[in-house]
Amino acid sequence: MARSEQQSNERYGGRWFWRYASPSAFFAPAGRIETLCWVLAAVLAAIGLYLGFFVAPTDAQQGEAYRVIFIHVPAAWMAMVIYLAMAFWSLLGLWLGTRLSFMMSHALAPTGALMAVLSLWTGALWGRPTWGTYWVWDARLTSTLILFFLYVGYMALAAAFDDRRKGDRAAALIALVGAINVPIIYFSVKWWNTLHQGSSVRPGSSSMATIMLAAMLIMTFAFWAYSIAAAMHRLRTIIIEREGNAAWLRASVLGGKR
Amino acid sequence: MTLKQKRLALILGGLAVIAVAVALVLSAFNQNLVFFFSPSQIVAKEAPVGRAFRLGGMVEEGSVKRDGIDVQFRVTDTAQVVPVRYSGILPDLFREGKGVVAQGTLGPDGVFQAKEVLAKHDENYMPPEAATAVEKAHQARDMAAHTLKP
Repeated sequence: MARSEQQSNERYGGRWFWRYASPSAFFAPAGRIETLCWVLAAVLAAIGLYLGFFVAPTDAQQGEAYRVIFIHVPAAWMAMVIYLAMAFWSLLGLWLGTRLSFMMSHALAPTGALMAVLSLWTGALWGRPTWGTYWVWDARLTSTLILFFLYVGYMALAAAFDDRRKGDRAAALIALVGAINVPIIYFSVKWWNTLHQGSSVRPGSSSMATIMLAAMLIMTFAFWAYSIAAAMHRLRTIIIEREGNAAWLRASVLGGKR
Repeated sequence: MTLKQKRLALILGGLAVIAVAVALVLSAFNQNLVFFFSPSQIVAKEAPVGRAFRLGGMVEEGSVKRDGIDVQFRVTDTAQVVPVRYSGILPDLFREGKGVVAQGTLGPDGVFQAKEVLAKHDENYMPPEAATAVEKAHQARDMAAHTLKP
């Protein structure tokens, strides 16, 4: 181990983790991360949903309708975080030209789009009984809808080129430029008058009862674990798709090793 | 500079330019991004005249008068007050002392004729017992302030 680490240090310019920038080196660890995260997601979601739906009390103003936050808020946070992660990998890909970075970004996009849809959909279901309407064109809702379109645009553009490298780079630009939308979503309720309420949870403080907050945070970790697991699964599929002819991959897949 | 540094500088430079452009556009459209106007803005005549817009604020305590489906109430931002008239079904969360956003037009008599009324929820989530406790604390504080008044 020490020896091979030292060897790769010499080969990859001093940082052992750079080794994992290669699809062949990351294929097996990605599988292990995937398994771990599926387990984590299932356990955390079971605890979070139990706390959220059976232990947490009814809200004083909204009655039972508020329980949508245990899905809505984690989904909305994930939609924003995943977009930033996509932008990060796209930046690395454009800057250093690493193949795995683009694959990582592609692997994240469908999960991010799913999270954006989940947050818009659950928000609409909550908005009808609480606000009196499914949808309004306020800054928070509109910018989140734009986030969903950015995800769709990213996936469409990545698939639109026959030359895969061109698709990678064009889509990476959408990911980078669109990242400007994320702080706009986050601060929209602060900068403008919106129908959507302000943030209940800010770094260092919260205006929620403790048990509600605990359930929501556990659900957030469950969503993180699910997103990582789904992305790793998709990443491995993309690696197989793109490097299908490589000898290491044939050995790894047909040899039954993870 | 190496090629990689040049590429990074180009990407980051491009992003910075786009970010500045977006910031300028957003600040130019600031007025249109406002979802509602406050009573103070309406009294200061910042709201559009003769055209539909939204009014947002708190439903003043004790101001709601119902007559069948016709409702009258006053919206306040603690500085100014605008009276509102509305016929229709109010959302469940419409309460005195809570946030509200009404869409409609301002009549010549200064009464806001609402076509749609939405409840604006605040960011506080708490069980009913906690809400009662907070309410009691506020009442005690108000009472103390009242008795201490010269």
